[in-house]
Amino acid sequence: MEKLLEKFEVGLFFWQLILFLALLFLLRKYAWKPILTSVINREESIKEGLEAAEEAKEQMRQLKEDNKALLAEARMERDQIVKEAREAKDKMISDAKETAKAEGAKMIEAAKTAIQAERNAAVNELKGQVAELSVEIAEKILKSEISSDTKQQEIISAAMQNAKLN
Amino acid sequence: MMGKKLLILLLMTVLSSPFISNASEADTTQTTTNNSEVAVKEGIKKYIDHHLEDSYDFSIWHAMGFEFPLPIILIDEGLHVFSSSKFHHGESVAESNGKYYTIYHSKIYRTDAEGTITIDETTHHPTQVKPLNFSITKNVTSIFIFSLIIFLLFRSFAKSYEKGPIPNKIGRFLEPLVIFVRDEIARPNIGEKHYRRYMGYLLTVFFFIWFLNLAGMTPLGIGVTNNIAVTFCLAIITFLITQFTSNKSYWGHIFWMPGVPVPMKIILAPIELLGVFIKPFALMIRLFANMTAGHVVMMSLIGLLYVFTNWFARGAFLGLTLFLSILELLVAFLQAYIFTMLTALYFGGAVAEHDDH
Repeated sequence: MEKLLEKFEVGLFFWQLILFLALLFLLRKYAWKPILTSVINREESIKEGLEAAEEAKEQMRQLKEDNKALLAEARMERDQIVKEAREAKDKMISDAKETAKAEGAKMIEAAKTAIQAERNAAVNELKGQVAELSVEIAEKILKSEISSDTKQQEIISAAMQNAKLN
Repeated sequence: MMGKKLLILLLMTVLSSPFISNASEADTTQTTTNNSEVAVKEGIKKYIDHHLEDSYDFSIWHAMGFEFPLPIILIDEGLHVFSSSKFHHGESVAESNGKYYTIYHSKIYRTDAEGTITIDETTHHPTQVKPLNFSITKNVTSIFIFSLIIFLLFRSFAKSYEKGPIPNKIGRFLEPLVIFVRDEIARPNIGEKHYRRYMGYLLTVFFFIWFLNLAGMTPLGIGVTNNIAVTFCLAIITFLITQFTSNKSYWGHIFWMPGVPVPMKIILAPIELLGVFIKPFALMIRLFANMTAGHVVMMSLIGLLYVFTNWFARGAFLGLTLFLSILELLVAFLQAYIFTMLTALYFGGAVAEHDDH
């Protein structure tokens, strides 16, 4: 201890104190302050950059998801449209078919009626003609039959017989 | 550019230190003493003692004559300022304003024209008056030069941020150290809330000690951090900052320890109070002793190269010296780290908020 005290030099202590304090104040003002500020700023900017990158990544992910959803929606819509179109087409075809069938049936019906009417008319005409013809034939037969007396007698007797039955 | 060259120069001198300078300086020691082994040992011891002491002129390389006289400033019934060249390396008496001074064991005493020094029989100290000595010694010059180097380095480093977020070349080396002091020393020991206030002092003290420790390993023969006055100065600044920035809880823990019974409080108060002074005292002694020991060991090993005449032994000691100088490089950093770390720990204790009680 005594040796230490003996070694202690007041002059050196004095100069060390002055020089060290001067160094401390100069460095504080001209070195540590700008250095630490820059380091902190840089660290903050790095942190911000990382956060921004993370955010961008998140946004990108969101965007991708949105796109996917949009795409899925569009696809669904397309399918819907296609399906609807197909349905419409089918309906149209079936409608057309039905209409055609109905129309056909109607036409067939009309034709049938017309044919029936024609036939009826034809039958009627035929009937008329047959009646006329038969009258004519009967006339002719009668004319020839009545011409002989015997024949007349026979007819009268036949008629008389029929009359008796009544 | 300037800073880069300086750094390279510093690095080179650090790496080549044990071989070039000390060896050649020890060489002169050998020639001035007798060739007998005892004389060599005596010479080495003297040389080491001399190395550990401050000197009044700046001799970078004694053998090559790179020496500069430094101003002597004495307060002895008035101011005396004169050049140290008047002492002729302590061999002659210097005269200033009618008073005579001489150097005895690297201390300046007021004497007469003949330079008489009378030794007290009981204390073994000279009886002559020791004037207040504010001389710009080699250590003071070294502190000044290295403070300037530190300032210029960090100033250029700080300025390089003006150009962009990435520092220049020195900055890229120094920035991780600055961040190391902040993130490994200040933040964990002081706490997120208060650490910013102390950053200036912690960084300054860290780089000051580290640079001067490294300077101590150069051939310049500088031993600033192995000087008790220097470590005392650093420790007392730490002490004062701790006391003046402390909060109520800090003093509460010293004088009236919470959470213990009253008799314990009474017993603990003087112990805690003593601790307040012991902490910076330990800081002072630790740095001083470690650096002194390092210098003594290094110089003794180099000295042993001159004691042994066997070339095999000399080679072995050369290897050992190289190994130890690498170890000393680590110690230079470690001591700066420990000093800063403990300083931060004391600051942390002074501003801690004890919510847990």
